[in-house]
Amino acid sequence: MSQLGGQGCGGLEVKFVPDEEVLKHIADDAGIKVQKDKTQLADSVKRLVKKLENVSDDEAQEILEEKNYVAALGICAQGAVGNDSSVSGGEVYSFQTPKRSSKMAELASELARTPGESVAPGHSKCPEKTAKTPQSSSMFLLLMHVFPLHLQSKKKEFVSTTPYRLRKRLAAPDPYLESESEYSASCSEEEDEEGQKEVGTVLSGQKTPAKTNAASTPLPRNTLAKKNKEDKMTNLVEEYFEAHSSSKVLTSDRTLQKLQKRRLNQQTLHDLLKKAPLAYAAEIEELNQQHVSLFSKWMLQLHLGFNIVLYGLGSKRDLLEKFRTSVLQDSVHLVVNGYFPSITVRSILNSVTEEVLDHIGTFRSPLDQLEFISKKFKEDSSLELYVLIHNLDSQMLRGERSQQILAQLSSLPTIYFIASIDHINAPLMWDQAKLSLYNWLWYETTTFSPYVEETSYENSLLVQQSGSLALSSLTHVLRSLTLNARGIFRLLAQYQLENKDNPSYPGLSFQDFYQQCREAFLVNSDLTLRAQLTEFRDHKLIRTKRGADGVEYLLIPIDDSTLTDFLEKEDEDA
Amino acid sequence: QHIQEDLNTQLFDNLVSFLRRSHSECQEKTTEWTCRMKSREIPAAALILGVNVMDHDLTLKSLSEVLQDNITPYIALLEAKDCPGIKNLMQKLMGQLMNCHIDVDSLEDEDYVQVSQNRIRCSMTSLVNWYKSVTKKTDSETPSKKRASSPRHGQSPPVVVIFKDMESFTTKVLQDFIVISSQHIHELPLVLIFGIATSPMVIHSLLPHSVSSLLCIELFQSLSCKEHLSTIIDKVLLTAQFPFKLGEKVLQVLINIFLYHDFSVQNFIKGFQLCIVEHFYSQPLSVLCCQLVEAKKRANSLSHDQCENIRRLPSFRRYVESQVSEKQVALLTADSVVKEVTQQLLEDLHVYHENYVSVLRCLHVFTSSLPKYPLGKQIRELHCACLENQVWETEEYDSSLQLARMLNKSDLVTMLQQCVEILVSSSGKEFDKTVEKLKEFLTQFQKLEAEAFQEQDVSISSQKELRKKTDLYHLQKTLLELKESRRSKKLTKFEMLRFEVVDYIDSLVRSYLVPADHKTLHEILYFNTASVLRAHLNAAPRTALHTALNNPYCYLKNQALKPDGGSISNKAPDICIVYKLHLECGRLINLVDWLEAFSTVVMAVEGPHADAASSDQVDDIIHARFIRAVSELELLGFIKPSKQKTDHVARLTWGGC
Repeated sequence: MSQLGGQGCGGLEVKFVPDEEVLKHIADDAGIKVQKDKTQLADSVKRLVKKLENVSDDEAQEILEEKNYVAALGICAQGAVGNDSSVSGGEVYSFQTPKRSSKMAELASELARTPGESVAPGHSKCPEKTAKTPQSSSMFLLLMHVFPLHLQSKKKEFVSTTPYRLRKRLAAPDPYLESESEYSASCSEEEDEEGQKEVGTVLSGQKTPAKTNAASTPLPRNTLAKKNKEDKMTNLVEEYFEAHSSSKVLTSDRTLQKLQKRRLNQQTLHDLLKKAPLAYAAEIEELNQQHVSLFSKWMLQLHLGFNIVLYGLGSKRDLLEKFRTSVLQDSVHLVVNGYFPSITVRSILNSVTEEVLDHIGTFRSPLDQLEFISKKFKEDSSLELYVLIHNLDSQMLRGERSQQILAQLSSLPTIYFIASIDHINAPLMWDQAKLSLYNWLWYETTTFSPYVEETSYENSLLVQQSGSLALSSLTHVLRSLTLNARGIFRLLAQYQLENKDNPSYPGLSFQDFYQQCREAFLVNSDLTLRAQLTEFRDHKLIRTKRGADGVEYLLIPIDDSTLTDFLEKEDEDA
Repeated sequence: QHIQEDLNTQLFDNLVSFLRRSHSECQEKTTEWTCRMKSREIPAAALILGVNVMDHDLTLKSLSEVLQDNITPYIALLEAKDCPGIKNLMQKLMGQLMNCHIDVDSLEDEDYVQVSQNRIRCSMTSLVNWYKSVTKKTDSETPSKKRASSPRHGQSPPVVVIFKDMESFTTKVLQDFIVISSQHIHELPLVLIFGIATSPMVIHSLLPHSVSSLLCIELFQSLSCKEHLSTIIDKVLLTAQFPFKLGEKVLQVLINIFLYHDFSVQNFIKGFQLCIVEHFYSQPLSVLCCQLVEAKKRANSLSHDQCENIRRLPSFRRYVESQVSEKQVALLTADSVVKEVTQQLLEDLHVYHENYVSVLRCLHVFTSSLPKYPLGKQIRELHCACLENQVWETEEYDSSLQLARMLNKSDLVTMLQQCVEILVSSSGKEFDKTVEKLKEFLTQFQKLEAEAFQEQDVSISSQKELRKKTDLYHLQKTLLELKESRRSKKLTKFEMLRFEVVDYIDSLVRSYLVPADHKTLHEILYFNTASVLRAHLNAAPRTALHTALNNPYCYLKNQALKPDGGSISNKAPDICIVYKLHLECGRLINLVDWLEAFSTVVMAVEGPHADAASSDQVDDIIHARFIRAVSELELLGFIKPSKQKTDHVARLTWGGC
């Protein structure tokens, strides 16, 4: 029934699209699908088109009513979104904007233009077009709202292939944009237009290219969305995977390497950022003042058995620091830097037992330790401890077990927790039981201050790995080795540096290496070299891999700049 | 002030635990019954606790306390997270049993030695040995003590093992434990109690038949959390005893969180506590929020500032404006007058509350039995409706009155009787009259009943008359007459009375159920800022983050940031711009493109004063700013580095697919 009904309904619904041109679009669309033979829907759509002709008038009437109903629903949906002054779901999870690589550039140029002086001259068309884009996207949003409602109301299954198909179409212009061209503001406009043209072309099935222009985009999209409804059976799950597997993400192939700029390392980055003035310092200060005024309230609530969690954009580190210095000066407190990459629950518990309770000794498991702590705190009710945790949601602490332990710790009546969370999905790490243990009070503290400390431990893609850590460990290990061993390593390093421009450098083969070592009087036999190499391997200084011809190749898994530094240092020492 | 708060919360907690205990007591009797049922199987009780996981802790704790007091000193509470394996489970079990035993009997060192020995080889046999030795000892050494506590169970008290959260135990552990203990059931009277959150079926799905057949399971349904809630509301909010009251919106928020989020009474209590704290913290006049006698005393000793505060209250202003002019002047200038009036008003408020509660209950008696419950089934709904606005102006009230006018007599009489009971039990003095009036109604009804009997007699006799006459026409005529007369009679007597009763109730409602914010000085007792509560209990961190990124003007009140037509300006903080740009991308984002787009935007801002000469320098700074913004987004979980393509990051949030 559902299958047939769906088709029938689909056939009916096509009829109500009043515009003949639109009708043609659909027909054309169906044509493409047959051509491409990619979607299994093609069959049904063909039948749809056939059916289209023999739909009687009264049915059309009926459908018109239905359409009105849908429209009304749509209005309702939008009204609900619109009149909600706070941020509504649709606004937050706005996935309506089509995914186009050029869109970013476009938006950039649009943003850039706002102050008035246009960066790139001669964009008479731009405002018009950009004005259009939001319109179309909002229409799309509206339809997205309507769609589920519609589905529910009719209890029939439709396929909602729009996202997929849209994406496919919208991805089509990308090859154009993928070319080596620069997306500067001026260029992108043209390209974009071209792209939009392309969109139009694809939509109309490459049969009516003359008709299409940029202005036609909203209309086809409209018809598309309507077409949605006529397609049968939806399977959102399937669709999700389909979208993830088949739709290739098309982005330009440019890499940072090609950019003339050198990669910045941590230190220079820091210096540069210091030079850059912080925008809106006054406003941020004011914002912080508001939060500071809450300190006494926090204290009261902490003492009444609640724990406090801070959320919102911006680093809350300074705020907590201020809280610590201004209020907690005279009381026992523990600051946990959650963003530190090697923090563990055990270290937190250890610092509680060792620093606060002056207990020396080890525990078998964190649970034992926790038990000990809770016993101590229950025995001595005058013992109070404030625990400040920066980034409770950090990599190391977000695990289920660590959260459980922390939650139990926080539930002790004389331990007061103040924590901050930043990750967008941070609240998901707590289930009901943990939440009740934590007994959180939520405070929104949006500070807009940059996450200086928190991000400094991250290995960002853009920041050059300074490798100072690797370097120091390297020298440490080598210091402990014999002179000959150091020489061996040196040889290998030098050879690797000589070949650093060769991208397909496989490493130094063992035989060659042995030969070189012998020549330098570093080893006297195959076996000594092997023993030496084993030692290196144990310290992870080298890596061996077998080539295609079965020969062993040796590599130092450290980047070239660090290696250069290392050699320089060695030279200095020598 | 703070002490008082604490006192308040404590009182409240006591109340709750009392509730729980009373509830568990009824369970306890049934558990006892299972204890007696000795057989080859292990007696087990499955306690269905419902989905409000957080309350289980409290319930089970009180249960074990009750059991400890009344039945047996040997109770072990096991949690799934402590017992990943059968060994841990046994360890935990032994530890708890022996500890609690030591607590109860306070034995000397000998037992400690025993304990440490047992720790080493925790097995069922050692447990049995321990149990035997303990029971022997208690039997011989302190027979009187033991006997007193457990005379009903014959020679030995059972060992009760409570599994707190049955669903989260691993099946293997449970099975092993049950099988092992069934071997020892002769020596060790063991009773298991399973706490179940979902449905009793879970036992059978967790345990295979061979294991579950070893158990003799008795099901117990604990009270639903909704009932708990209504009892709490009943005892705490709907009494004149507690001076602190919740405003309508706040109550609504709390109930909504309860009904739609967690069903947790504990959370409701937490919210209530927060309300108290918030009220006392934010309202300077909340000193007056205490018992009436105390409040009067405090009102007497108000300082000048506090009097000013009172004058600033909107409800007090309204009150002042309604007075004659001389009084107005006096109220606005003299502190002593204000104090006096405040005392008076506080007393009024108190009386109002007393009356309010009893009349509300009366009304609830009437409305709760009406079909379709126009005013709600629960008294809390009625309470909310009454707090919100004048209840008699609502449609629901009208329709419920309409329905009340159609009640039959017996219902009406029972309701009236209930009302009388309520009013008599309440402490209000003004109710004497109403009680009398209601009683009068009752007697009238009784009279009516008597009359109706007579009437019935009459009708019977008339029917007898009818039988004599066989004339069909006459018969019809008299029947019609009879009908008519009966209808008119009923209209005149019973229905009139019914109308009268309903009207009287209506008048009661109108005079006593005035919403609280029409009362002067209600601000002192009522907490009404629901938004604060919602922000702290039911926060939306994602939304906050999104708003901050999308619309920084919400937080940074700078004119330059004011959004125009949906898009943010290019002067926004870096992270906002980067975020905006990333929204336009698909699953993967090319960092180079991103950087370029970013620099386009930023350059446009600095356009005029950034000349070509220093462009390199500027570029570096922009680059650095971009890096910072991107790593911040990474920290916030919007993107992550991707290995799929060089120099690309993957989008993680909405629309990233």
